[in-house]
Amino acid sequence: MKPNRRTVLQTTGAMATLVSLGIVTAQQAHASGRPGFEARNLQDAFRALGGTAATSDQIRIVSPDIAENGAVVPVTTISRLPKTTEMFVLVERNPAPLVAGFTIPEGTEAEIQTRLRMGESSNIVAVVRADGQLFSAVKETKVTLGGCGG
Amino acid sequence: MAGPMRIRATEEGGVTTVRVLMAHPMETGVRRGPDGNPIPAHFITDVEATHNGRRVLSAVWGPAVSQNPFLSFKFRGATKGQRVAVRWTDNRGGTRTDEAAIA
Repeated sequence: MKPNRRTVLQTTGAMATLVSLGIVTAQQAHASGRPGFEARNLQDAFRALGGTAATSDQIRIVSPDIAENGAVVPVTTISRLPKTTEMFVLVERNPAPLVAGFTIPEGTEAEIQTRLRMGESSNIVAVVRADGQLFSAVKETKVTLGGCGG
Repeated sequence: MAGPMRIRATEEGGVTTVRVLMAHPMETGVRRGPDGNPIPAHFITDVEATHNGRRVLSAVWGPAVSQNPFLSFKFRGATKGQRVAVRWTDNRGGTRTDEAAIA
């Protein structure tokens, strides 16, 4: 899924120079080599990840029903689909829905926990690539205090 | 900025659970400072965890991962006493690697 480290570091360094010179916008810099992160809506994010995803009940999202602080929402994504190789977490109503992507090598469990920022109450969408195909599941988390700080 | 990561790794029944707390502002680029200007984005873009030189997890992040990111994952094939290393890289080319022994 991700380019090798050397390429990423070289690209990041080159991009950083271009951004500081005002030649490339920060947004373009973030987007290079990172499919989906520049998408501003769920549809575009899905398209960047590879297309439509079939809903699967083998994917579980553990997140609060109501989060008091949108800046720190704990989210666990679990896939019971065989040959899960990647897991993506999206927050539908964030300005950029794709928040994180994880590559799961053989021997690693398809269960990842992290903490996300949610700007407002929203569906959390988990997308899993298993055996080359995309699957997804959705869970709504309501947020009482939005977490983007803007 | 590049404070140490707190990594806890424990093995039970053949499964090693790793919990990492990273120190990073994860600035989204949307927030405005007291002068009204946006604070430039500064966030971890890539994370890689390895055990005995073999990658056990890699992650690509956007700025909506929370400040001082928390990450937990599990993998098989390690034993107590062996080490797990975690490295992050951010959008300004900053990077940090820390490791811990599996308890």
